[in-house]
This record gives sequence, C-alpha cells and structure tokens, in this order.
Amino acid sequence: MITDTRRRIQEEIDKSLTQLDQLVKITKLPIITDKNGSPLWVDVRELDLRYQIPVKKIYKFYEGLGKGKVMATKCPKCGAIYFPPQADCSKCRSSDLEWIEMPAEGEVVAFTKIFVKPVSFSHYPDYYVVVARMSNGVNVTAWYRGKDQPKVGERVKLNVVERDPEGYLTYEFEPWG
Amino acid sequence: MTRNVAIIGTGHSKFGVRTDVNMQELAWEAVSQALEESGVEQKDVEFFTVGNAGAWSSENLPAIVVGEYCGLNPKGTMRVEAACATGSAALRDAYLAIKSGEVDIAIAIGVEQMHQSPNPTVVELIGRAGNYFWEFENSGLTFPGYYALYATAYMAKYGAKEEDLGLVAIKNHHYGSMNPYAQFYGKEITMEEYLKSRMVAYPLKLLDSSPITDGAAAVVLASEEVVKKYTDSPIWIEAQAAASGSANLSRRDDFTSIEAARIAAKEAYKRAKIDDSEPWKSMDVADVHDCFTIAEILAYEDLGFANRGEGVKLIREGQTKIGGKIPVNVDGGLKAKGHPIGATGVSMAVSMARQLLGRAPKGTQATIRNGRALSHNVGGTGHYAYVTIYSTRRPGN
Repeated sequence: MITDTRRRIQEEIDKSLTQLDQLVKITKLPIITDKNGSPLWVDVRELDLRYQIPVKKIYKFYEGLGKGKVMATKCPKCGAIYFPPQADCSKCRSSDLEWIEMPAEGEVVAFTKIFVKPVSFSHYPDYYVVVARMSNGVNVTAWYRGKDQPKVGERVKLNVVERDPEGYLTYEFEPWG
Repeated sequence: MTRNVAIIGTGHSKFGVRTDVNMQELAWEAVSQALEESGVEQKDVEFFTVGNAGAWSSENLPAIVVGEYCGLNPKGTMRVEAACATGSAALRDAYLAIKSGEVDIAIAIGVEQMHQSPNPTVVELIGRAGNYFWEFENSGLTFPGYYALYATAYMAKYGAKEEDLGLVAIKNHHYGSMNPYAQFYGKEITMEEYLKSRMVAYPLKLLDSSPITDGAAAVVLASEEVVKKYTDSPIWIEAQAAASGSANLSRRDDFTSIEAARIAAKEAYKRAKIDDSEPWKSMDVADVHDCFTIAEILAYEDLGFANRGEGVKLIREGQTKIGGKIPVNVDGGLKAKGHPIGATGVSMAVSMARQLLGRAPKGTQATIRNGRALSHNVGGTGHYAYVTIYSTRRPGN
C-alpha cells in the first residue's frame, strides 16, 4: 500500500529532523559538521514539490488506459504518429489529431537496469527500463517486467498495468513469449 | 557587425566536494583568478553571464548572488541553463554579446554546488533532466540510466565490451591524477578496480560515471579592438555552434550516436573552415563530454575523429592519449576532473585555452602544432550540444 510506503519515508525524515531539533536545542544553531569537517547550515525552511500538470488535451489517453489500451495521436494530414500523445502536429500546424491505439508488439532497441535510484523511486526493487520500437515504427520508453535481462532485438509486448504500490494505471513491457 | 572574440583571462576553482565554501565564494575563486590573469577590472566588464543549473543549491537567482559577491553589479547579467552544457551556453551568450558589437568585455562564469543537497536528491534532479512527465514520472530513469540505454544499443551493434569503456575511465583518471584542479587529483584507477566497481545503471558502473561535483570556472572575453590592451597571447574563439535533440529519448531513431552533437560539430567545422572528413588533423587537443565513458566513445564518432562504430578502436589503440592521433580529455575530463554541471563547459574553455598557451599541468600538456583545440559539451542526453573551436590565430588571418 502506498500509504505504508509514505509513512515509512516520512518516519525517516522525522527521525533526522528530530536529531536536528535536538542539536538546535543544545547549540542554538542548525549547524552540523560534514565528513570533511566543514560546518553546514541545515536549512530551516523546507519546500515540498508536487506539480499539477494539465492533461486536458490528452485526456483520451487516460480514458484509454482505463480500457486497457495505450493510445497515441495521429495527424490526418501528414500521417505522423505521436507517442507520447500530443494535441498538436507542429509539422502541419494542425490540431485536429485522431486517436489511435498503439500496437502491442515491439522490439527492444535499448535497455538498462537501474540500481542507484532517484529518491522518489527508492521504494521499488531495481527495475529494467526499455526503449522498444513498436510495429508501427514508433518508440515507447517503459519498464520491462521479465525474469531475465532483456536483449537488444528481443520481441516485447506492451501492456496496461497498475503500478504498485501507488495503484495508478500506466504501461509496461513484458517478454513476448 | 560581427567581429572576433578572444579569451584573455581564465579562472578555475579546485573541483570536488567543496563544502568549505558557499556557491558565491566558489564562483569568486574562479572570477578573481580570471580577472587577475586578464588584467581587467570589474568596472571594465560590461556584461556577465552565469551558468548554473541549480535546484540542488539554495540560491534561486544565482546570477544576481554571484554578481553581487564578485562586484560585478550593476552590469547586465542573466542566468543561463542548458543542462550539462550550461557552461558552454554561458560562454555563448557572453561571446555573442561581444561578437555583435554591443560590448567589448564580458565574463562567462560557470558555477555549481551540488553538495548542498544529499546525493539521492541530486540523482533525482538529474534524472528529471529530459522529458519529466513521460520519461521520468513512470520510468524513473536516472542520468546514468539514459546513457546506459545508449551503451547497451552501441555495445549490441558494434560489439564494444565493458573493458573498452574501462579504458576510457583509466585514461581520464590517469590525466586527472596530474591535474591539481581535478576532483580525483592523485587518483589513478586500474582495470580490476573498474571491473569491480558497483553497478549504477547496467552496463554502467560507478567508475563509468562522472562524480557529483562542486566547482567554478570563468573566462574573460574581449573584442579584437581591445584585446591588445590586455594581452599578446589571446586565445580566439574561432567558431561555436549549438544544436538540440528531442526531450523524449523515445523520439530518437538511433541510440548509437548523439545527433545534436553531430550537427553542432558539422556546423562548427564549417564556420571555422575545417575539413570535416579528417577534422582531428587540424586540432592539437580536445575536451569532450565524458559524463559517462560511453559518451566519450560516441563523441569520437560524432566529432568525426573516428567512423561510426570505430570510436572504440581509437581508445583500444590509445589514439586519444598524448602522442596519439588526437589527445582527448587530458585534463581528466568530466570523469576524473569532475562535473559541476554549470561550470563544466567553462572549465573546458579554460583547459583548452591553457593547453594552447602551453600552460597545462605537468604530464598533461599536448603538443601544440596547429594552435587549435576543440570542446564538445553535451547537455542532458543529447538534448543540447555545443561545439567550440579555439585558436591561437585570429580568425580570418
């Protein structure tokens, strides 16, 4: 559950802040010493960033996920397919794009496995990320869920999945066979 | 009106974990050295740019904070950002301000203090450099992760091995060990240490990666009209070109080459009237963007030092060491000198200028025959690319 994960992370933050509070109580200053012996002022102001990103123009993509489909946009004028989906075709300066479903089949172009993770991904086990060229020639970047390491050239399948522990809908690859 | 622009003073701080100073104190180390070297006083500086990618450090308006501390107020300024090419972008704005004829003296400053935040936060912030919403939010790619995608594609296509990447790290540590400004000054590495180092993003290990670095660099630039007042040995910026690549890596066709770097290199060669079939022949030394070992091999090819797929041969044959075809990153590169994001591009300009003047640290001086050097600075994963060509000869002569 995401609430458990969040509580665990918050507890760690609280622990380090409590230590800082104690330091301020004793020394009257939020100054610690780092491993090089340099004094560091630990900011007493905190900024928690969580952006709110408008998705009105590509909302059909999220409706598609709800139906188990990964959707892209296509320009009826020049035929360009956009994934990630976008509302405007900058080539034609056209904004009347059609919605199409992305094919399920792709081929691995490049991959990696992330061992050293960003803070906001620290609660996941090490994960594979793949760029695959789909059968319509358009690339998709996503996680790869397989027992073994993927290979360049390997066939993969694009699926709509729930990302745990958050539980939100997204898309991932798995081995084809 | 366009005219020639030269570097007349260089400044460089010690790179590394620099928590002994704050960001503006760090900038001043480089700025004061550059002013001293050029003989320019603050009142003569008409414009200054500050390259700082920021977010990990507390000051939100770094150009203003650095400007005040360095006594450069009330001259005009701006903060410049182009990810890991921020320093070259800062150099570009200062260069163009003079080239356009608007000012005669300008300073380009690059400064970054990444150790104001814990490492995991820095990993997060650099990972967000690309298309945040589509490629970070779901995939949690990190900066090594993005280049690891290029590494697996390149290795699969051309049969490059882990050990080949190791050769890049060993070479750059070797030269960095002799550069007193380098983060890893005095620290050579062996193939065994390289192969044993911790995996960061497969196939890239800790010793494939440039470190998290604090540092600053500065160059004083002058128009050809005033150069003579200050120096007899200016280093001319012969040409510079910039290009960009898609934010989403999935929008790229090819993961074995950085297209933006190829475009910037081609244009820079054209502007400097350099034969782009064998450009290395007219250069003495180059600094390339080795944020990860694979990036240096890609750079060899993108700059035309090697054919596609043959960059790996260049490192195997030792052609990019001093005495080889074209010495590359003999200041230690990002790998061993360190990579303070906003300072890196300016640091490259400092290294190339000092090389051309024969002032490189002992054991790292390339032989200067052509009087020409090149820097290749990539931002993000080929999101930005800047190629700059430096010369001891005034362009047009």
